[in-house]
Formats: sequence, C-alpha cells, structure tokens
Amino acid sequence: MAIKVGIPRGLWFYDYYPLWKTFYEYLGAEVVLSRPTNKQILDMGVKNTVDEACLPVKVFHGHVIDLKDKVDYIFVPKIMSVYEKEYICPKFCGLPEMVFHSIKDLPQLIDVEINFNKSRKNLEETIYKFGYYITRDKEKIKKAYEKALENYSNYKMKLRNGYLPIDGKFVDFNNKLDKNIRSRIAIVGHTYNMYDSYTSMNLFNKLKKDKVDITVPEMIDFEIINKYANELEKKMFWSFGRKLLGSSMYFAQVQNVDGIIYISSFGCGIDSIIQDLFERNARKQGKIPFLLLTIDEHSGEAGINTRIEAFLDMIEWRKRNEGNLSAHG
Amino acid sequence: MKVTFPHMGNQYVGTKVLLEELGVDIIIPPKCSKDTLNTGVKYSPESICLPLKVNIGNYIESINMGADTIAITGSCGPCRFGYYSVLQKELLKEAGYDIDVILLDPPQGDYKLFFERIFKLTGTKNPYRIIKALKKAYNVLKAVDDLEDMTYYKRPREKVKGSVDKYYDTFHKDVRMVYGYKAVSKLIQETKERILSVEEDPNRDVIKIGIVGEIYTIIEPFVSLDIEKKLGNLGVEIDKSLKVSRWLNEHLFMHPLGLSTEKETWESAEPYLKTMVGGHARETIGYAVRFAKSNFDGIIQVYPLGCMPEIVAQSILPTVEKDYNIPYLCLIVDEMTGEAGYMTRLEAFVDLLRRRKETFKGEKLLSGY
Repeated sequence: MAIKVGIPRGLWFYDYYPLWKTFYEYLGAEVVLSRPTNKQILDMGVKNTVDEACLPVKVFHGHVIDLKDKVDYIFVPKIMSVYEKEYICPKFCGLPEMVFHSIKDLPQLIDVEINFNKSRKNLEETIYKFGYYITRDKEKIKKAYEKALENYSNYKMKLRNGYLPIDGKFVDFNNKLDKNIRSRIAIVGHTYNMYDSYTSMNLFNKLKKDKVDITVPEMIDFEIINKYANELEKKMFWSFGRKLLGSSMYFAQVQNVDGIIYISSFGCGIDSIIQDLFERNARKQGKIPFLLLTIDEHSGEAGINTRIEAFLDMIEWRKRNEGNLSAHG
Repeated sequence: MKVTFPHMGNQYVGTKVLLEELGVDIIIPPKCSKDTLNTGVKYSPESICLPLKVNIGNYIESINMGADTIAITGSCGPCRFGYYSVLQKELLKEAGYDIDVILLDPPQGDYKLFFERIFKLTGTKNPYRIIKALKKAYNVLKAVDDLEDMTYYKRPREKVKGSVDKYYDTFHKDVRMVYGYKAVSKLIQETKERILSVEEDPNRDVIKIGIVGEIYTIIEPFVSLDIEKKLGNLGVEIDKSLKVSRWLNEHLFMHPLGLSTEKETWESAEPYLKTMVGGHARETIGYAVRFAKSNFDGIIQVYPLGCMPEIVAQSILPTVEKDYNIPYLCLIVDEMTGEAGYMTRLEAFVDLLRRRKETFKGEKLLSGY
C-alpha cells in the first residue's frame, strides 16, 4: 500500500501545494488533502491553539487534526526563508513546533527546514530530505522535484491569467472583456486569508456576482512587483510583505483599479505594518479608495456584506463624480 | 543637534553615558507614563505591538522638550521590530513632526552607509574615541544591571517595606542630573552601598520566579507594570531571561566575532524549538528550561499582545511546564491592561507557589528525608 502523505489546506497551501503534491505523487506516495475549511475544522483549530494565535494558524491546526487519523505523515515544513535575506512570518518558522506541542497523538510530521536566507546552496540537500521520507533514491527525488517545479510554474501561470485557487480549485475570474463590469477592484492580503472561502466569507464569488472585475497581486508580473519594491527605503524582509508593498506601489502609480480591499486576520503582525504602509501608499499617493476587512473567528458575515456593499456603492458614486467623495471610505 | 532615543529600562543610562562621553547633546525622554502611552496610541496603527506605541510617545515627549534628532536601532527580521524605524519615521511625519532620524540598522553589507550614520550621530570620525565611549557605556550598563539584580535579591528580604525602592527610585531621578561616565559611575556605586546596607529579615520564606518573554516588555518596568516591584513586595525573588547589558554584549561584541554567550540557552531550548524564529522565542524557552533546572519555583512569561515569536513560545511552554513540573503563568499586556486584574493574577500565582512549596516540604518529612 502506498504511503499516505497529508497536506493541510492552510497557510502556504495556496502558494505551494501543486509543487508538493506533484513531488510526493511522483515518488509514489498517495497525497491526501484535508477538507476545505468548515465550521468543524475551525472549531477544532480554535480549541487546540493558544488564544493569541491568529486565525489562519488556528485554521491550520484544524486541518492538521482533520488529517491526523487518515495518513502516515503530515506535511508541516519549517519554512524559514524562501529568498535571500528575507523571511516568512515567525509563526511559519515555528509552525511544526506549535503543531507538535498543541495537538496530541500526531503521526510523524514532515518538518524539514527550508532556509534560503543565507543562500540557495542547500536547495538540493533540502529537497533530498523531503524525499527521504518516501524513498532513498536520489535520482528519483531529483526527477520528482523537476516535475514538481514544472507543474508549479504552470500553476503560477494560471494564477497570472486570472484563474484563482478558491479552496484549492480553480475558478475563472478573468472577465475583463465582459461589458457589464461595474468596477475593477484589487483584493490583497495573505493568500491563506483570501483564497479560503470560509474565512474570507466567500468574498471573491460575492464580488463576481456583483459584476466586479477582480485583480490580485498574483496576477501582476513578479518582475514589476520587484521593481517597485526595490524603491522601498529599507529592504522589506518578509517575502509576503514585499510582494504586497510592491503591488501597492504599482497600484498607486498605475491607477488601474477603482478600489482596493485588504483582507487581514486579527493579530497578524505582518499586516499591522504592511497594511498601514499599503494604505498610506494607496490613499495618499494613488488616491485610490481603500477598505480594510479584519477577520477573526468571531467575524459575522452580515457586517462584512454591508461594508462591501457600501464600498462598491461609494466607488460608483465617486466614478460619477457625485460630490467628489473622499478616498477615505 | 539635540539627540533623543526611545526608552527601554536601564538602557537610557548607557546611551546617556555613550553620547555624553562623545560630547553629543542629548535629551532623555521623561520616564514612561500613562501620558506617554496615550500619546503613542493616538498616532500609531491600531494593531501594531505595544513597544512601538510607547516609543512614539517617548519621541513626541522628547520633541516637546526640544529634541530635533532621533537615534533608532533596528534589525532585519523576521520579527516586526525590524521595520519599526521606517514606520516610526512615517508616523512622526504624519503627526507633523519634522525631525531627523538616524537609523542604526545592522549593516547587511552596506558598511559605508552604516559608518556614515554613526559618524553623523557621534559627531566624530575617530573610531578610537567611539570605541572608548562604547566601552564606558557598556561598563555603566553592566553596573546598572548588577544594581538591579541586587534589588531583585533585596526587595523580598528587606525588613522595612519600600527601603530598597526608596534608594533605587532616587537613583533613577538623580542619574538624569549628573553628566558623564565618572559621575554616573560614582552615583551607581553610592546607590549600591545604600541598597546593600538595607536591613534584611532573616526569617522570610522567599520563593523564586523566573521571568521570561519579549525583551522590551520584561526590561521596561512601565510596560510590565513594575512586575519586579510587585513580585518583590510579595516576597518573591526574581531573575530575568534578558538584560540590556547582556543584549548589548551579545549583539555588539560577540556576534561580529561569530560568538555567543547564549549557547547554553539554545541547547536547553533545542528539544522544544530547533531554530530561531525571530525575536527572543528561543531564549524564552531556553531560559524557562534553565530556570526550571536551577530549582526556581515558577515561571512567568510576559509579552505584548500579538507578539509573533512569543506566541510560538507560548504554545510550547506548557510542554516545558509538564516536563519539568514547574508552574507557568502567561501575562499579556497592551494599552488596555488593568493593574488590578494583573495584580490579582500575580497574587494568585504566588499563593499557589507557596502552597505547593509547603506541600512538598511536608512530603519530604514523611518520606524520611
């Protein structure tokens, strides 16, 4: 029987899962995904995490619990850094430990450290370590990684073309040619907040139904983002923050959107800085309307709906120049 | 140029000596108070962590006293302290304060810029002078931290409550009035003698608590609501995982040489947390283990709401608690923290530790020790 590897549907899932799924499947393992986030998963996560942790970390714990009796290994890598001189959030760095000490009776965790902060030289070694859980065959692991990389770049290409992985399934948001479009809105935030339709309260589909064209940072060319991010006074050391700040500067300069919605989870340390700088860029320099939606396990959908509706109305009035409404939402 | 800087416990004494020895005009921000925090909260983003809010309050209070330049240190992640400098600059600009900011970040390759900034701050290009002043500042910091350690020991044992604090508080008032290395050192020595002469009550049953957590919160007494005084008055001797002088030694002298004094701490933390995760999470866990091993009665973790590295540590500490059979209390502070509730939790924890100690004493007798 094939070895079962469980991949939790949380945190880095929306950024990297095609890579790891292909990788382990090529090596002959069976990859099991946890179910899309639902109330039960969230509740389990909340129960088994310290109060102070942010919503996505709680949700992630829920997904691990959802998987723990179904698989032989759970994939919880220790992602420290994916680019040189950059980091991921501290909670990502300590994620395997958090999971290990919070949840009882776990199967073995695949908790290999990914750290390219100093250089990428250890890439090969890291890949082997991931593969050793399934096979000792280095050649095969290498091939699996190549295959995975290929699949991963296809995935990113699809994102760029407007297919977004809502709960891990592609939904087409590429409706630029639709004549009935009311407005064009950028949705920004951490991928795990945006694409998890349970925690984002189905924001994407709501906007689509309202005939809004959606842009996300994943659709912008990475080189353009890098170009803008390089103008920052001090190097942004969070890879995710760098992407967001770069795109905020892009939006402010190019002004190709009517408004920006930022989804942030309560208590997110990265957002407390990025969101603030992002907002300053968008509002002051770009004069683009900005809406911040802060979510946590107590968020009510009705309140969020009201805020989105009001925001869309405001944009429409603003477009018709009714009273020249301020950009301060 | 009148330079100011944010508060962090005893750090101001060291910075004062450093800059005064170099002949730089400085303005020490007033002691952190409710007003400082309120001012900071007014101008800061809502969800940012507490230290930044207090810092902003410090700057504005100093600017009102005539400061025109701020010296800020920084880091390069992954904790958000690394981006404090940029955000603070932005916030002050928005609040309408046109002020010069000197960022002293770790160089990360760009040594030229780093030294330019140091020359600008110190007003001299003579590295020998700078190093000499640094050495003096470090000595003073070390002496003040030793002084504070002494208060940790004396406070629970003093015969007349409040005698230690009388001398220690006077020191912090007086040190602002004197100038330069010699005068400060003399004052420290005098205070030391005074505190040493405080009469002890030999019959006190003193318990020991180790304090771990986020560096700013445990070092700055205002933010931890004077936890050292509160515990001292409850008859508790404390030790802290982090001290300013230790931090300075580690980052200024040991790091560049590829050395560290924290190897033992990291090794203690290794079974629980394999790598650093930013901030001082690894030290929090390492010291918790070390305190437990050296027979402390309890551990208290203090951190500001939302602190990312400490949340990781908080998830792990219950395992340490179980493994070493040592009670652990977690206190989280932010601008809404009320003193009464905080005090109640401390009292309850200390009561629990005392009861526990008594029970164990009884057990020992029964089993024939």
